[in-house]
Amino acid sequence: MNALLQSTPRGLYCPAGDFYVDPRVPVERAVVSHAHSDHARWGCKRYLAAQKSEQLLRMRLSPDAQFHFLAFGESHAVNGVKLSFHPAGHMLGSAQVRIEHRGQVAVVTGDYKLGDDPTCESWQPIHCDLMVTESTFGLPVYRWPSEQVTMAAINEWWRANQAIGKCSVLYGYAIGKSQRLLAGLDSTVGPIYTHGAVEKGVQAYRRSGVRLPKTTYVGTIRGKHDWSKAMVVAVPSAHGTPWMRRFGRASTAMASGWMAVRGSRRRRSVDRGFVVSDHVDWPTLLQAIDACDPDRVWVTHGYSAVVARYLNEAGRDAQAIDSGLRTEQDEDAAASLATDDGSDADTDGNSERETPPAP
Amino acid sequence: MIDFAALYHRLDSTTKTNEKIAAMADYFGLANPADAAWATYFLSGGKLRRLVPTKLLRQWAAEAAGIPSWLFDESYQSVGDLAETISLIVPPGESREEMPLSLWITSKLEPLKTLSEDQQRDAVLEIWQQTDPQMRFVVMKLITGAFRVGVSKRLVTRAIAQFAQTSHPDITADVVSHRLMGDWQPSAAAFQRLMNPDVEDAVVSQPYPFCLAHPLDTAAGPGALGSAHEFLAEWKWDGIRGQVIRRQGQTFVWSRGEELMEGRWPEIEAAAESLPNGTVVDGEILAALASGQVLQFAQLQRRIGRKSIGKKLLAEVPVIFHAFDLLEEDGTDIRDQPLAYRRQRLEAVVHQVDHPHLCLTQLITGSSWADWSNIRETSREMNAEGLMLKRRDGRYDVGRVRGNWWKWKVEPYTIDAVLIYAQKGHGKRSSLFTDYTFALWQGDTLVPFAKAYSGLTDAEIQQVDQFVRKNTKESFGPVRSVTPELVMELAFEGLQRSKRHKSGIATRFPRILRWRHDKRPADANRLSDLLELLPSE
Ligand SMILES: [Zn+2]
Repeated sequence: MNALLQSTPRGLYCPAGDFYVDPRVPVERAVVSHAHSDHARWGCKRYLAAQKSEQLLRMRLSPDAQFHFLAFGESHAVNGVKLSFHPAGHMLGSAQVRIEHRGQVAVVTGDYKLGDDPTCESWQPIHCDLMVTESTFGLPVYRWPSEQVTMAAINEWWRANQAIGKCSVLYGYAIGKSQRLLAGLDSTVGPIYTHGAVEKGVQAYRRSGVRLPKTTYVGTIRGKHDWSKAMVVAVPSAHGTPWMRRFGRASTAMASGWMAVRGSRRRRSVDRGFVVSDHVDWPTLLQAIDACDPDRVWVTHGYSAVVARYLNEAGRDAQAIDSGLRTEQDEDAAASLATDDGSDADTDGNSERETPPAP
Repeated sequence: MIDFAALYHRLDSTTKTNEKIAAMADYFGLANPADAAWATYFLSGGKLRRLVPTKLLRQWAAEAAGIPSWLFDESYQSVGDLAETISLIVPPGESREEMPLSLWITSKLEPLKTLSEDQQRDAVLEIWQQTDPQMRFVVMKLITGAFRVGVSKRLVTRAIAQFAQTSHPDITADVVSHRLMGDWQPSAAAFQRLMNPDVEDAVVSQPYPFCLAHPLDTAAGPGALGSAHEFLAEWKWDGIRGQVIRRQGQTFVWSRGEELMEGRWPEIEAAAESLPNGTVVDGEILAALASGQVLQFAQLQRRIGRKSIGKKLLAEVPVIFHAFDLLEEDGTDIRDQPLAYRRQRLEAVVHQVDHPHLCLTQLITGSSWADWSNIRETSREMNAEGLMLKRRDGRYDVGRVRGNWWKWKVEPYTIDAVLIYAQKGHGKRSSLFTDYTFALWQGDTLVPFAKAYSGLTDAEIQQVDQFVRKNTKESFGPVRSVTPELVMELAFEGLQRSKRHKSGIATRFPRILRWRHDKRPADANRLSDLLELLPSE
C-alpha cells in the first residue's frame, strides 16, 4: 500500500487528507475527476472538483451538497495534503487529480484522452511517483482514427442521408460525447436537433463558455415537420423506442470507441458505427504513461489486469487495483445523465451501477 | 480490391435480403469479368486452399504490433474473430495500393502457398503495410479461408441474375445456378458464360418452386380444417427436402433452398437414372437403413456439408429419397392436378423404377382426426417430427399458401435445468455472456447436458451477464463456472444416446423457453427424468 493513496472497496482513499477520489459510495469528502456518474457519485457531503465542471456537477448532484471548485492548476490544502486539478481532455471540466504530500506526488487520471477535442482543454502530462490510470480501452486492438477523419466521415454520412431523403440520427452519451460530436458537425449541411438529455448537457456546456453550433431541442417541434435534412444527436437508449417514430425514414449511427470492433457494431443494430472515443486508446495509454514516467502505476477501470501485466513485462512497477472489466454497457450507463423529463429521459436505468469491488 | 472490400462491408452492415442483393448486383455492374468471377466464387462459399498456417499469422501479427503472444490471445478473446483481431492489432498500413481483386488473388494470395516460411512472412507483412484495417480484414478473411458474409449461394445467383437481367431478361437465378454447376472455376470467360443470353442450356435443369406446409396450431388441433376424409396423412420427416429432376438423360437434385446439390447424394442420383425422361419428383432425403427404418437427423448431418463423400460414410449413413409428390410426368407439368391423382401417378413411377434408394413415403391410414392424433404421438419413435396433412383434391401450390398442406408437429420436450457454465458469445455478442451450459441433477451433483444460446430477451441476457460477472466461481479459459442458482426451462426437438456427452444424452435444437424465476435450483429436473424421455430402442 502506498502512503499517499489506498485502494479500498469504497474507492481510492487518501488517509493523510482523509478524502476519497471518485468514491464508489457516498462519503464525507469526495474529490471528483469529472461529471460522469461512475466518477461523481450522488450523496456525498462535500465535493471538491475542477471549476470547469461546476455547471455539469450542479446539474446532476444534490443542491444540498457543499461544493468547492478549483481552477486548473490552482492548489488547495486538504488536511495538509496539497491538491490540484489538471486537464484530462476527456470532457468539459474533466481533470486529473494531483495529490502531493511529504514530497510524494500521486496523479489520478480519471478518464482521459490525448487527442483533439474542441470542447475541453487538452490532457497534460504530470510527472509523478504514482499514476493511477484508467484502462477502458486497454487492448492493442483499440487505436483511434484521427478526429478530423471521423468527423469528416460523419458529415459525409449526413449529406448522403440527405441525398436519399433520410433523417440522420447520431447516438452519443448525453454529456461529453454528444457535445464533442456537435462541435465537429458541419452546421452548413443542415439543421441540428437534440434529444432532451443531450440538450441539457448542451445548455450546461454553453453556460460554461463552450461554443457549440445552433441546436434545437426535438421536444419543441410540434406537429408535422420535415426531418429529411436533419441531424439529430440522441442518447443510445433512444434507439428503437417510439420516440424515434417522429423522424420517419432515418439512418442511425453510434459514435463510440466500442464501434472499432465489428461485434459491438452489430450488437447495436445501428446502420453505422463511428469510432469516436473520449478515452485513451492503446498507443496513447502507453504514450501517457511514458510521458508521466511514474515509479509506480496502478491500473483501474477496464482492462486493468492486462495492462498491468504488460507494463510489468515492459519493466514498470504496475498493478491492477480492481478486477472489474468496464463493458460497453457500463460505459453507456456511466455516461448517461439522469433527466427529469419523462419521455425523453435516458432510460438505460442502471446508471449508478457499481464496479465490482476488488477481491 | 477496394470495391470488393466495400462490398463486403456493405453486405455486413445489413440484414435485409433485398439490400444484400442490390449491393452484389451493383458490384457485378462495376467489376470487370475476372473480378466478378472471383467475387462470385468467394461469395458463394469458395475458398483458397489454406495459404499460411494461422499460428504463423498470429505470431507475425503480435511481432508487427510489438506485443507478446499472450496479449494477442487476450485481444483475440475479446474481439472473437482472428482476421479482425489481426486487422485491428497490426498498425495501419501506410500506402493503399489499388489492384483489382483478381490480381490480388493470382499475384499476391495464391502464390503464398508455394513460398518458404520466411518469404511468406515478408509477403504477409507487405500486405499489411499496403492495407488499411477495413481492406486488411477482408484480405485476412480470404487468407484464413474464413470469408463468410451471410449470403447463400442462392442469393448470389439472384444478384447475378438481377444484374444480368438489365440487358438479358431470360437469365433467371435458376439459369445462373445451372451454369454455376460442376467444378466452377473463377475466370473472366467463366463469368461471361454466366451472362450468355441464350438460356437453352439451362432449361433442362429447371426446378419447380416448392410447395411449403403451414404449421397447424397444435393447441387447437386439425378440427377446423374440416373432415379428415378430405385429407391424406404422411409422416413429417426430419431430413432434407429435395426435388429430383430427370430430363434428357440428365439428373438434377435441388434443395429447398433452391440450390443444386451435385454429387452429394450419389445413391439418389443412381436411383434417378432409372426414372423416365421428363419426370420431376418431390420428396425428402433421409438417412435410412435398408429395412426402411429412418435414422435420426444427427446421422444425416454427418453427410451434410461434405463436398466429397467417402466409401465409409456411404456405408454407414445410406440415404433414401422418400418421394411424396409428382410434379412433372412425361415432360408435362401436372401440378394443377389434384393430389390424389398425382399420388397415384407417383406410385406408378416409383414401382416401375423399383430402386432401393427411391421409395414412396407411406400414407398413414386413419379415418378420423382422433386416429391420426394418436398416431402422431408415436412420431418420435419413427424419427419423424409429426404428421403432414394434405388435402386430397389440392393442387401443388407455390410457396407457403394456407389451405392445402399442413404440418402438425409433436410438442417439443421441455425440462427445467440449472445454468452452471457461461461463455461469451462470438461476433455480434462478443462482450456478453450469452452461451450457457445447463445441468440436471444426478444424486447431489449437477451433470451438464445441453448448451443453449437463444431464447432470452436482450434485457434478460443483460441480467444473466451481470449474474455471471458477480457469481463466477472459476474460469477455465473463456468458460466461467457460476454459482448454480438460475433455473431455466429448456425445450428441444429430439434426444439420442451419446457416448461423447457426460450425461449420455445428446439433445437436438436445445433452446431456452423461459427463465424460471419461480424455481430454486433444487426444483430443477433430474437426469433420470431426461432418460425417461429417450425413445425406446
Ligand atoms: Zn467518463
